[in-house]
Amino acid sequence: MAGEIGSGANGYLRPELVCPAGTPAALRTAVDAGADAVYCGFQNETNARNFPGLNFTLAELEAAVGHAHARKAKVLLAINTFPPAGRFNLWREAIDAAARIGVDAVIVADMGVANYAARTFPELRLHLSVQAGASSPEAIRFYCQEFGVKRVVLPRMLTVGEIAAIHQQIPCEIEAFVFGNIGMMAEGRCSLTNYATGISTNMDGVCSPAADVHYEEDAERNLTTRLGRFVIDRFTRGENAGYPTICKGRYRCDARTGAYYAFEEPVSLNLSALLPDLMRAGVTALKIEGRQRSRAYVQAVVSAFRRAVDDILANREPALAELVALTEGRRETEGAFRSKAWR
Amino acid sequence: MPAPTEVNFASEFAARLVDGPRRLLISIPLAFMQPVLDRVATHVAKSRPEMFARLGPHAGKRFLIDPIDLPFVFILVPTAAKPCLSAYRRDEYPQHDAGIAGTFLDLYDMISGTADGDALFFTRDLRVCGDTEAVVALRNALDDFGNSAADTVLSAFGPLSGPAALAISALRAVRGNRRHGR
Repeated sequence: MAGEIGSGANGYLRPELVCPAGTPAALRTAVDAGADAVYCGFQNETNARNFPGLNFTLAELEAAVGHAHARKAKVLLAINTFPPAGRFNLWREAIDAAARIGVDAVIVADMGVANYAARTFPELRLHLSVQAGASSPEAIRFYCQEFGVKRVVLPRMLTVGEIAAIHQQIPCEIEAFVFGNIGMMAEGRCSLTNYATGISTNMDGVCSPAADVHYEEDAERNLTTRLGRFVIDRFTRGENAGYPTICKGRYRCDARTGAYYAFEEPVSLNLSALLPDLMRAGVTALKIEGRQRSRAYVQAVVSAFRRAVDDILANREPALAELVALTEGRRETEGAFRSKAWR
Repeated sequence: MPAPTEVNFASEFAARLVDGPRRLLISIPLAFMQPVLDRVATHVAKSRPEMFARLGPHAGKRFLIDPIDLPFVFILVPTAAKPCLSAYRRDEYPQHDAGIAGTFLDLYDMISGTADGDALFFTRDLRVCGDTEAVVALRNALDDFGNSAADTVLSAFGPLSGPAALAISALRAVRGNRRHGR
């Protein structure tokens, strides 16, 4: 049953499967595919996937909450960017709307936004966004004590062992990413897009804004990707490509011969093999990244993880579907979750 | 397990199945297609007017839709008041603000909600040019079709929607066989 936390035959706690939705159709797809909770955002800078044509109007969110609740799924609203000085009203209005509509939780990153929500709507459940970058028990406890945060979404820089240790030292639930985009940059602190385009990932809600992305393919089908005036990568004919994000670009520098991936290669996180370990480590919710992806992605990834989690709970060998076809550059990584030796 | 000669025969037969309609399409005057394209554009606009809100400032732009395995390309101008879909011969190089290119079936599967555009981009099966922001907006707007944008397009064919759906299914089967080397 969606939304219920219980234990499986082998003593695992049943984790909540938290899935992405960039549109109302994607939300319905996620619910049908077995999501326990779906996270989404408004059509503005208050969320970290502020892409053209994406996200929800007030009316769409209201209908989506009704749809999800009728099927015992939760809706989590991401209001997880940082308001610039003088523009707090937009974030305040988003919190007001979330409380009025009756979402199951709001995912916040900014302390001012968290404070406003906690003081104005004490019954509104707060989750701490990965964008807050809270990775130590001390930092997480601060958010719990000051704002009543009930769940923290951990940054993608901790090993499973570190997650288990943190779990013992904090008074709130843990949500961990298990699939999707992953970068080397500290969430909520990356200013590379801002440097290249003048648009802030953390305040405008968009990494590599599409207006600044340019693709050029020559007659031999070599593809050059640019962000603003910077070349991010060049892919030869037939070579798998990645997003034009700076942290996954290939660069030249004096210390190396030829272009190389200075930070991270085009690759996606896939922790399907680590699911039992995460569930033993005390992770309450497993998060799938990808609000900017299509319904086809949502359907395939959510279904695969639904089956895998249910198999583990039933003491069956998890049937892990082949998801590499949906990964960036058609490559997968377990990132830092297995070892700090990553990159 | 079929013998190698049977595999080759099946592939050849499949290729003829695909090449036959393509040859036929080369000879069709584009003017004959326009009434169907008009119906598609009008039908989509009436079925899902909210799509234009998702497009925002990109609603009036000219999108080049290039099914690379067909002898013509389309220009889509998705304005709410009078959406327009027109076919052009490849050598006409119609002006456009943004372009999306892929095989007919990959493009069709994208609007059907059965293929992920990003995944097709990663494997270089989908090409994007021009105004990337407009392309992203169009992709997201089409992906929000509740059931399927493709179903809406097919239903615009009226009494021919059944045969058109069958033709798509046959093309999918041929593609599946090719990808699996059968």
